[in-house]
Amino acid sequence: MALDSVIAVNRFGLGAGPGELAAAAADPRGWLAKQAGEPAPAYLEFSKLAHSSEALKEYPRWIASLRPVRAGMQDSSSQGSRQAPRTVEETFRGHFGPIMREEIGARLAAAAATPAPFQERLVWFWANHFTVSAEKPLVFALVGSFEREAIRPQVTGRFADLLLAAARHPAMIFYLDNHRSVRQGWQPLRPARSAAFPSPTGLNENLAREILELHTLGVNGGYTQADVTEFARVLTGWTVRAQGSPGFLFDPARHEPGTRTLLGRTYAQDGVAQGEAVLRDLAAHPATALHVATKLARHFIADEPPPQAVARIARAFSDTDGDLPSVYAALLDCPEAWERPLAKLKTPIEYVVSCLRALPALRTAQPQALFFTLRGMGQRPFFAPSPQGWPDTTQAWAGADALWKRIEWSGIVAARAGSGVDPLHLASESYGDALGAATRRAIERAESRQQGLALWLASPEFQRR
Amino acid sequence: MATRREMLQLIGGTAALTGLPGLALAAPSVELRGGERRLVFVFLRGGMDGLSAVPAYGDPQFAARRGDLAVGAPGTLGGALDLDGSFGLSPYLAEMHKLYAARELAVLHAVASPYRERSHFDAQNLLENGTAKPFGRESGWLNAALAAGAHAVSQSRGLALGQSIPLVLRGSAHVSSWSPSALPAPDADLLERLAELYRGDALLARSFAAAREAQGMLEGRDAARGMGGGPQAVVALAKAAGEILGKHDGPRVASIDFGGWDTHINQLGEYSALTRNLRLLDRSVATLKDALGTAWRQTAVLVVTEFGRTVAPNGSSGTDHGTAGAAFVAGGAVRGGRVIADWPGLGASALYEGRDLRPTLDLRSLFKAALAAQLGLSEAALESHVFPDSRAVRPLEGLFA
Repeated sequence: MALDSVIAVNRFGLGAGPGELAAAAADPRGWLAKQAGEPAPAYLEFSKLAHSSEALKEYPRWIASLRPVRAGMQDSSSQGSRQAPRTVEETFRGHFGPIMREEIGARLAAAAATPAPFQERLVWFWANHFTVSAEKPLVFALVGSFEREAIRPQVTGRFADLLLAAARHPAMIFYLDNHRSVRQGWQPLRPARSAAFPSPTGLNENLAREILELHTLGVNGGYTQADVTEFARVLTGWTVRAQGSPGFLFDPARHEPGTRTLLGRTYAQDGVAQGEAVLRDLAAHPATALHVATKLARHFIADEPPPQAVARIARAFSDTDGDLPSVYAALLDCPEAWERPLAKLKTPIEYVVSCLRALPALRTAQPQALFFTLRGMGQRPFFAPSPQGWPDTTQAWAGADALWKRIEWSGIVAARAGSGVDPLHLASESYGDALGAATRRAIERAESRQQGLALWLASPEFQRR
Repeated sequence: MATRREMLQLIGGTAALTGLPGLALAAPSVELRGGERRLVFVFLRGGMDGLSAVPAYGDPQFAARRGDLAVGAPGTLGGALDLDGSFGLSPYLAEMHKLYAARELAVLHAVASPYRERSHFDAQNLLENGTAKPFGRESGWLNAALAAGAHAVSQSRGLALGQSIPLVLRGSAHVSSWSPSALPAPDADLLERLAELYRGDALLARSFAAAREAQGMLEGRDAARGMGGGPQAVVALAKAAGEILGKHDGPRVASIDFGGWDTHINQLGEYSALTRNLRLLDRSVATLKDALGTAWRQTAVLVVTEFGRTVAPNGSSGTDHGTAGAAFVAGGAVRGGRVIADWPGLGASALYEGRDLRPTLDLRSLFKAALAAQLGLSEAALESHVFPDSRAVRPLEGLFA
C-alpha cells in the first residue's frame, strides 16, 4: 500500500505537497478516481484572467497599430541600419506580453496548490494532445484561454465534446490556419488591407490534416490525402469573428457547399453541422480509441506502452462512447500502472511544479523567473514546438543540457530555502519508506541542509515519476 | 586525394591499424586529417519551402505555377541571387550566396528522404532514424555513425546544441547537449556528490557525465553568456557550435535544431515567418563559419528539412505539405559553387501526385557521402549500421574535398 500512494502522488500527480502522501495513503486509487470524475476545482488564480473574446476584441486595434511599425521598418532598412527592426511578432508579444505573464503565473500557481493534481495532469495531457502554441503570434494571446475554455470544462466529460470544443476555439482555428481556408471563388467583402496580408483564395488543409493525424485517428489511422482534402472542404467557413461579439464563427459565404465523402461515409451539405458530424464520427472511430489509449498509457505508464494496458483503455473508450472518467478508470485499473520502476522522467513543467508543491515558500517566485527557468530547461509554458505538442518520452527530456539545468535550479532553490528546510523530512513526505538507500545516504551525509535539499531535488527519485 | 578509408586500406586495414600503436604512428597525417574533420547537421523542422529558398526561376513553368510566391529572376526587384543561370537563392540568403561564390556552398534540389506521405512528425522521425520508415528505429543515424566510427576517428563524440538531444543524435554513442543558461553554475562539491548519487541510475549518470564535459568546453567562452529563447536563439546556438567544434580537442559532430518552417500562410514579404527564418538561417551559417575560425576549412554543414512544400500556393499565400525540396551543404570541406539537381521540371505531368516537386535524389546519398568523407565511415558500415538496407542509395561522389 505504501508504494501505491507513492505512485499515486508521483506518477499520476504532481509530486507531494505537505501532507499529501499521507492523505492519499488510505486509498490511493480512490484518491485518484475521485479527481478523475469530479468537475474541476474553481481556481481563484484564474478569476482575473480574461476570456478569449476579450483578447480578440484587441486584435483590430493591434493590427491598426502595426502600420507605423511597418513604416518604421522600411525607414530603418533604407538607412542601412544594423539594428534589426522589431518584427511583427515582437510587436505583438510586446502588446500582449502582460497577458502571457499573468496566464503563466496563474497556471503554475494553480498547479502548485491544487488539491486535484491528477486532474491537472489530465488537463495538461489534453492541452498537449490538442496543442495550440504561442509560437504563432496570432495565438499568443489565446493559448491560456484555450486551455481554460476548451480543455478544462471537458476533461471529465466526453471525448467528442472535447474534440469539438478544441476544434472550434479561435486559438485552434488560428493556430492551424483555418481562418485562411475558403471555398474556391470566395470574394472578401473588403479588399485586403495590404499586399503583405492578401485575402485567402482557396483551401488550407492544415487543420483538417492535424485533426486526423494528431487529434483523432492517428497517423496510421487509415486516411488518405483525398480524405484530408475532403475534410478541409468540410471545414471551410470555420473561422473567427473579431468584431462585434468575438469568437467562433461559421461563415456560410466561405464554406464550400456540397455533399462530401470522407473515410467511406457521405455527409450531406448541412453548414456547420456537416463538420460537427464528421468530428463526432472521428471521435467514435476505433482508430481514435487506440490512438488516445496509446498516448494515455505512454504518458502515465511507460514510454513503451504495455499492450494490455493500451487494449484495456481503448476498450473502455469504445465501450463508453468516449466517456473520459471511464477511460481514466480503465487506466487506473491497469496493473502495469502500479508497478515499479518509476521510469519516466518528469517534464520540466512537471518538475518545477513538483518543486513548488514540495516547497510552499517557493511559490512566491516571480512568474517571469519561473518562465525563464522553464525556457532554459526546454519547455516554455504555452510554447510547444509544433502541433504535435511536447514530446512524451524519457529520452526526449533526459539530455545532458536538460539535466544540467535541473541541477542548476536545484542549487538555486536550495540556496534560497537556506537551512530552514529539513531535506530528509521533505524526501519522506514525497517517498515515505520507498526512498532509495543511496538517496537517503546522500542526503544524510550532505555537508549542510542546503546541500541536502539540492541533492534531493536533483535526485533520481525526485526527477522521475 | 584519397579518402581516409582508402588510405587505411592501402596501409592494411582498420583493425590492424588500431591494434598496433606503432603502425598508427607510422601514418600521423592520416590520423590528423581524420580527426580534424567536422560535421554539423542543421535540421529545419516544419518543412522548408524549397522553391522559395532556391527558386528555379529558369524553369519555364516556375512563374505560372508559383503565382504570387514566385521569386523573380536575378536582376529584378526582390529577385533571386543567381546561382547557375537556372536556379537562384532567396534574396534573404545573401551570406550563403557569398559562400556559394567562394565555392564553399553547394545547393541540392528536388531532394527528399524516402518518406512519401505528408506528416511532419513521421517525416522527421524517418529522416532522423535512418531507416526507410517512421519509427523504424529508436535511435538516430548520426549517433549510429559515431558508434560505428568510434574506433576509427579519435574525436568522435557528438554535441546537440539546444536543451534536448534530437533523435538523429540519440543512441548508444555518448553525446552531450548544451544551451545557454541564465543560472549560476552549481558548486563543485555538489557535482561530486551527484556523480556518486547517479551511479545507480544509468540514464542520469550518462547525461550527467556528458553535461560536465560540455560545460567544461564552453567555460569562459562568449557563447556561454546571454540567454536562450526566442527565434534569435538559433544564431547563439550556431555560435556555440562553432566555438566548441573549433576547439582542438572538442567533439567533431554537432546538431542544431531550427524549427518554425511550416509556413501554411503568408509566405510573402519582409514580415513573414519564412523571411525571418531564411534570414536567421543565413546569419546562423555565417556565424558558424566565423566561430569555427580555421576549423571551417575541415567542416561540412548539412542543412536539410523533412519535406518540401506544394509547388502551387494554397488559398492563403502559403504552401501545404509537399514532397521534394532543397538542401544545402556548406563548409571548407565542400566542393561547392554548384547546384546538384536532376531537375524533374514543374509541368503538370512532372509533379508528384499532381502537386509536389518530384524527388529525384535521396537525401541519404548526401548523408552517406558526408559521413564517409567527414567521419571516415566505410560503405559497409554505412549500409549495415547507419542507413540499414540502403545499398541501392549510392553516396554522392565528389562533393567533399
